[in-house]
Amino acid sequence: METLAVLVVFLPLLGAILSSVLDHRSSQAVTCGLMALAAIFASILFVKVGLQEKTLLIPLFTWIHVEFFEVSWGLQVDSLSLVMMAVLTLISFLVHVYSVGYMKGDRSIPRFMAYLSLFTFFMLTLVTAPNFLQMFFGWEGVGLCSYLLIGYWYDRESANAAAMKAFLVNRVGDIGFVLGVLTIFVLFGTVDFLSVFELVEDYKDETFTFFGGHYHALTLATLFFFVGAMGKSAQIGLHTWLPDAMEAPTPVSALIHAATMVTAGVFLVVRISPLLEYAPLAREFITLIGAVTALMAATIACVQNDIKRIIAYSTCSQLGYMFMAAGLSGYSASMLHLTTHAFFKALLFLSAGSVIHAMSDEYNIQKMGGIWKYVPLTYVLMWIGSLALAGIPFFSGFYSKDMILEVDWVSNLPVGKVAFVFGISAAVLTAFYAWRLLLLTFQGAPRADEAVMSHIHESPLIMLIPLMVLGAGSLFSGYVLYDLFVGESTSFWGTALFVLPENEVIGAAHHVETWVKWSPILATLVGIGLAYYLYVFAKSWPERLSIAFSTVYTFLLRKWCFDEIYDWIFVRPSLKLAKVLWKEGDQKMIDGLGPNGVAALSVAGGRLLCRFQTGYVYHYAFAMIIGLVLMIGCYFWL
Amino acid sequence: MDTLPLLSITIFLPLLGAFGIFLNWGHEGTNARWVALWTSLVTLGMALILWKNYNPALSTFQLEDKFQWMPLLNVGYHVGIDGISLPFILLSALLMPICILASWTSIQTRVSEYMIAFLVLETMLIGLFAALDFILFYLFFEGVLIPMFLIIGIWGGPNRIYAAFKFFLYTLLGSVLMLLAILYVYFEVGGSDIPLALTTSFDPKVQIWLWLAFFASFAVKVPMWPFHTWLPDAHVEAPTAGSVVLAGILLKMGGYGFLRFSLPLFPEASAYFTPFVFVLSSIAIIYTSFVALAQTDMKKLIAYSSVAHMGFVTLGIFTVDAQGVQGAITQMVSHGLISAALFLCVGVVYERVHSREITEYGGLVYRMPRYAAVFMFFILASIGLPGTSGFVGEFLVLLGAYQVNTSVTVFASMGMVLGAAYALWLYRRVIFGALVKPTLKVVHDLNWRENLIFAPLLGGVLILGVYPSPLLTLIDASVANVIDQYNIALDSNEGIIKSKKALDVARVEFR
Repeated sequence: METLAVLVVFLPLLGAILSSVLDHRSSQAVTCGLMALAAIFASILFVKVGLQEKTLLIPLFTWIHVEFFEVSWGLQVDSLSLVMMAVLTLISFLVHVYSVGYMKGDRSIPRFMAYLSLFTFFMLTLVTAPNFLQMFFGWEGVGLCSYLLIGYWYDRESANAAAMKAFLVNRVGDIGFVLGVLTIFVLFGTVDFLSVFELVEDYKDETFTFFGGHYHALTLATLFFFVGAMGKSAQIGLHTWLPDAMEAPTPVSALIHAATMVTAGVFLVVRISPLLEYAPLAREFITLIGAVTALMAATIACVQNDIKRIIAYSTCSQLGYMFMAAGLSGYSASMLHLTTHAFFKALLFLSAGSVIHAMSDEYNIQKMGGIWKYVPLTYVLMWIGSLALAGIPFFSGFYSKDMILEVDWVSNLPVGKVAFVFGISAAVLTAFYAWRLLLLTFQGAPRADEAVMSHIHESPLIMLIPLMVLGAGSLFSGYVLYDLFVGESTSFWGTALFVLPENEVIGAAHHVETWVKWSPILATLVGIGLAYYLYVFAKSWPERLSIAFSTVYTFLLRKWCFDEIYDWIFVRPSLKLAKVLWKEGDQKMIDGLGPNGVAALSVAGGRLLCRFQTGYVYHYAFAMIIGLVLMIGCYFWL
Repeated sequence: MDTLPLLSITIFLPLLGAFGIFLNWGHEGTNARWVALWTSLVTLGMALILWKNYNPALSTFQLEDKFQWMPLLNVGYHVGIDGISLPFILLSALLMPICILASWTSIQTRVSEYMIAFLVLETMLIGLFAALDFILFYLFFEGVLIPMFLIIGIWGGPNRIYAAFKFFLYTLLGSVLMLLAILYVYFEVGGSDIPLALTTSFDPKVQIWLWLAFFASFAVKVPMWPFHTWLPDAHVEAPTAGSVVLAGILLKMGGYGFLRFSLPLFPEASAYFTPFVFVLSSIAIIYTSFVALAQTDMKKLIAYSSVAHMGFVTLGIFTVDAQGVQGAITQMVSHGLISAALFLCVGVVYERVHSREITEYGGLVYRMPRYAAVFMFFILASIGLPGTSGFVGEFLVLLGAYQVNTSVTVFASMGMVLGAAYALWLYRRVIFGALVKPTLKVVHDLNWRENLIFAPLLGGVLILGVYPSPLLTLIDASVANVIDQYNIALDSNEGIIKSKKALDVARVEFR
């Protein structure tokens, strides 16, 4: 089993390395093949280790060892990492296969395949990390790959800008992660998960001095980590990179949004559940951020016209749901939503890719419409994805989203009720934007021009087969995994998750009032109905509404003006400050007073002294007399 | 050692090579190149033999060579290595053949003189890291200036004279103050032997002045803010190999000096000035990162980034904590490799396009994919991505600093974002974008010689990033020794047991 686990992690790396020396065809074959192997091995592990509730700890070799600080490379395979490994390798494999079709004709396919595999490798090291530092390795590696993939089409200025933005925004979060690791080490003397979690109870009341103030140590540490998670998982404030990440080729968007990268933050928060349990303040903060993000992103998604952007904001919003649950100790509910979301979001993205492919690279849904006849399979799959996203009963999203909202309701933290209200409101909007997308894209009269319409065609089989697998996942994953993940008597998670008895919510969530159970469905139906009303029956209304409430509309269209504000308070002042420090600070102040000043002074001094060398004897004689007088004067004076 | 004086051979081997070139005077060019290359390669081999013969478990000076030089003055020739000096000797020996290879075609005038300057420089550098006598150390320390001054002043760019003088006078000014302090120490100790001086304790009041005098020299060398303005000018004007040595090794002289002299000789003064150094380091990291953001010249940008990275070094050293100090040394070695590689990267395109202006580039990836990959790797290493040596150094420094002062750690960690900003922006403007400039449409990708130059640096950065143990075990005992001596000196004089130490002991027991 140990070998198998090591293979799962390192096969993708092997694929990435091989791919960089191979040509188009063979690189596709090799990376897909190795990814398939990894996926198979991961599922074997899932059955053999995960379902047996075992934990594998595989040390590899020392990484950094200085005095008491000792970190090793290794793998920690427990039910939590296995869920991630299985989902990750499966989705990544599907994305690999899909890319073979989607990227056809691109001029650097080996590079693309290498990046995809590398991306998967880093994510796997992240989820199997036995300590915080190796997790950071995967964390940064994922950030790097997203940078490379978003900027994949490097001749586009916008792609380059988006890539840099993704990296930098994530780096801001990374400061939080690093400070978290540092705090953990100073507190516990180790950064290994198992050792830290074993010690956590002894340190639950410890205070920590940071920046002159005294804080509850665990709250501080977990908040640091959450800042990191906000960056990776695109929560409000650090979410601005995610929509821009749409510059990447569509398969990448699917990978980033479904299985890798953005789920890393959620995974981190779930991983540190033993710490969070003793930091109620941090949990409230996490819940609140999650709730606000869920709603904010949903409002933005309602007015966007770029098909990929709508889905991107949807991801942002769904991640908010996951944090909501995690903050309220519903870690397993969070993981369930992560899994189901991985399927239906990958499906939505890849279907959107199929649409874009069919429409000759058109992204704007206002220029689509009426194409369902031409791409029937994509249309059906998109429906499945949307139904799952909206949480229609018996589709996968239904199980996980309901669970989260029920957790919100029963939580003993006061913020839980707030989260419930936000969650229900976001559910209305989710259904609305999902159907707005469906209706505008596929139905009604065609709004594209003749040339585009005549070219519309269903995607090749190599793209459709992965879609069908994902479709099946979106249909059944919720139903299949529900009992295992959040069932009342499940022991699947074992020691991988830790919930204090007084914080237990999953059991209670099964017994909520009937109206709580029904309200998400009701919310969804309202959203769908609204979408039908506005985009099928009263087609002039959307435009009239956008004019009547133009301020709100513009505010939403501009994505709550985050980019503008950041540009205004961070980017421009930084560049300006850079210029000032260089020109005024370095060149005028330091050089002016320092070397150049001294040089100028000595030159001036030299000139001054030159003046004395007049060459007239009587000048020299006069100077001598003055000198003599002074010396004699001194002599008598002293 | 009563067998071969291995260390002395290593030190003076390059000088021998220089002499060989001198004898061959007149046979311009290729001959001198090959002699220099082979000499530096053999020196590298010697340095590796030193490493093999060094026992990292001991913290004492090893492989010592010692004889009376000026008996009347009690000045001796005394060299030896410990875990703090050996990494820098290895680094110097590694970078020198790379420098010579990098200059293979780009230097066409006065080739013999150029190669002699580099070989003399190598002797000076290895000598200064190995010297265990103050006078000897000072000779090597100052001796470095002469070949470097010539390299910038003769083979440099258009504004080379200004840069060479700025470099020379700036560093000389600092060194003169250090000389005064050395003389004081010499008279106080009654000899110029460094190990002897290390066992002497100085009056804390005097320490302050001595510390400042040494600081003047080392702070310029590091360079610390605000003594850094010579560096960008020197780099911009220096030929590529000159920049490589300058960034790769010369900047490490300051950090080495702090570790070898300031901390062990003047512990009270070091403790007294620690907040001062922390402030300067934080400013260096943030300030110069911003300045780097505004640069339009590739070499200047990398030069400023060096100042920011060296801010981590000074920060780490003055935490006087195992993680911090080992991090500082790792960071120095890592920066030696990374900045060298980055300057070589600039050199590669400079040789082809003859411009360092960022705006003259764009879209290089189309013509030079291999170069783009190599450049990307070192840019990421410079950002400190985990898995590269840059991360190990930076993280250990932060870890050390966090245990001493959380605020300074927060400031330093801002460098993570700013560093990524200027580095990626540079990369984006040079490598990415559309290929429109006609001059760039004909450039060639890396040739085999250039591949050969980058390979060892790339390997070093990667190995140190994934498995830094060879380096960390090499320096461990010596660093522990320095820290112990420092703490003992502070404890015995003031009777304060650092709470940190008590905590560490408790932690061991707890385990």
